[in-house]
Amino acid sequence: MSVELWTIGFVALTFALYLYIGWRSRVRDSSGFYVAGQGVPPIANGAATAADWMSAASFISMAGLISFLGYDGSIYLMGWTGGYVLLALLLAPYLRKFGKYTVPDFVGDRYYSNIARLVAVVAALFVSLTYVAGQMRGVGIVFSRFLQVDVATGVIIGMVIVAFFSVLGGMKGITWTQVAQYCVLIVAFLIPASAIALLLTGNPIPQLAFTFSDIVANLNQVQLDLGFQEYTQPFANKTQLDVLFITIALMVGTAGLPHVIVRFYTVPDVRAARYSAGWALLFIALLYTSAPALATFARYNLINSLHNQTIEEVRQLDWANKWERTKLLAFDDKNNNGRFELTPDQTTNEITIDPDIIVLSTPEVARLAPWVIAIVAAGGLAAALSTASGLLLVISSSVAHDIYYRIIKPDATESQRVFVGRIMVGFAVALAGYFGINPPGFVAQVVAFAFGLAAASFFPVIILGIFDKRTNREGAIAGMVTGLLFTIFYIVGVKFSGMTPWFFGVSAEGIGTLGMIINFIVTIVVSRLTPPPPLAVQEMVEDLRSPSGELPPEAVH
Amino acid sequence: MDRDKSQAYWRANTALIRNLLIVWALVSLIFSILLVEPLNAIQLGRVPLGFWMAQQGSILTFVVLIFIYAVQMDRLDRKYGIRK
Repeated sequence: MSVELWTIGFVALTFALYLYIGWRSRVRDSSGFYVAGQGVPPIANGAATAADWMSAASFISMAGLISFLGYDGSIYLMGWTGGYVLLALLLAPYLRKFGKYTVPDFVGDRYYSNIARLVAVVAALFVSLTYVAGQMRGVGIVFSRFLQVDVATGVIIGMVIVAFFSVLGGMKGITWTQVAQYCVLIVAFLIPASAIALLLTGNPIPQLAFTFSDIVANLNQVQLDLGFQEYTQPFANKTQLDVLFITIALMVGTAGLPHVIVRFYTVPDVRAARYSAGWALLFIALLYTSAPALATFARYNLINSLHNQTIEEVRQLDWANKWERTKLLAFDDKNNNGRFELTPDQTTNEITIDPDIIVLSTPEVARLAPWVIAIVAAGGLAAALSTASGLLLVISSSVAHDIYYRIIKPDATESQRVFVGRIMVGFAVALAGYFGINPPGFVAQVVAFAFGLAAASFFPVIILGIFDKRTNREGAIAGMVTGLLFTIFYIVGVKFSGMTPWFFGVSAEGIGTLGMIINFIVTIVVSRLTPPPPLAVQEMVEDLRSPSGELPPEAVH
Repeated sequence: MDRDKSQAYWRANTALIRNLLIVWALVSLIFSILLVEPLNAIQLGRVPLGFWMAQQGSILTFVVLIFIYAVQMDRLDRKYGIRK
């Protein structure tokens, strides 16, 4: 059977599973729609969080980026996992204790202000829309290669599926679908990683093959021979300060992502929120410790199968021809010696590889069975669709819950609120579809913006809201607005208007760290210059800090 | 819970968070970024240690830190009579 047939088979099978689960978990009430009735067990919530958060960028782009960046790719590995420690220790338990539906809800109540709520809604929308735009290119890439349809058709198919289970099932439908999507995506990632590890080193466990075989040493040598830096050489592409700033921005951004935070509202109690963060990171770590191994193997294999091969030899590689058609892989025999050569110098380099194809092409480059290639495609779709659906729900609940119910019409009935939620999901799907067809850029880069914006807007006000009783409404609003405006200004300036990165050369991806620091300083200073929050709010903070009050108090043992 | 007890509980909680965050910053920001070059002089298995910390070691440490937090907080909850 051909790769295309296997792909259609796997994709159809997994989509049928998602639709079935979405239909089974359909909901009527707003608690089910927004927070899955707060009845999700910690392990399941961990898997759902992992799927929600491991996006097309993690699955498709990350290993490819690491493959090209070598050591410098660690910013993604540490940044995206390190944030979970912040989330688990500083945010999740308290937000679960707070126990409402969204992040703007917390901000609005803690800072006793609909303006703060509105600023938080705008920030949530900004972050989610930036992020969802990144996902859609992932869906487009997978479909354009494996189903041989054009990108627009692929995006529309994906959107219909997402719309179906999120409109119908809300958070509950999304949660259980994401548990299934996690299983699909992790199997899809580990099979080729393990197969290629076995092939190259004789050890099927990627993490061990990476550490204890001589593949890294060999790759270092190959890179030096071609004129590149050693693969393990730190700061070959970015300065040390930039690596530090980007890592922190990604860590703090992860902890501030509204669609990840909202997952901790869906578990039964504070204790479950703590464990659920641990499960989430364990599930994520399964992929995140395999990815650098896969990145190394893929780079080694790709150089070996393409570099210095004759044109005829490369033309016989089926995968190379198919990827060349998507324009993500390009060959150009510039010196007309009949061979394609990979060099660090753009003027002599004859092989151009888009990092986005590394994960998807690895099984083919390593000549694995067609069904493995197909399952990777299904996994990539699972990753993109699960994140897209989580984001769509955040977008819809920000509008339907925080704006419609909490600000415009506080006396709305249960069914009106769910109805507006569903309408907003539909609207958000259409918007996401538009971005999918007209993608604004490179997957992981676009996603990095969302992290910077999340870091600069939410993180400080939530942390201070819990850990500093003195932080008040005026401080929070001023902090969020300055943090957000500064970060947007720098990113847009550097990325779109040719501004030079003037802050010690820190790139657009890392500037969220400075935005966050500015936000912290402004929030604290403004809070101290204005009256303290009302007593009722201070008592609410006191109450947040204790996990009791929802479980019957027990005698001391 | 009375006021003194809840303040003691909060202090114990924040002390635990502080200690775990020190380890968090040490493995990621210090060992894997600021001190990566000296650490790369040491080999772990067949790879340079600093590189290994950045790409594998720090992630494994993060997972352990969160579970330590959850288990220690269970202990704290029991001590302060929040849960059996």
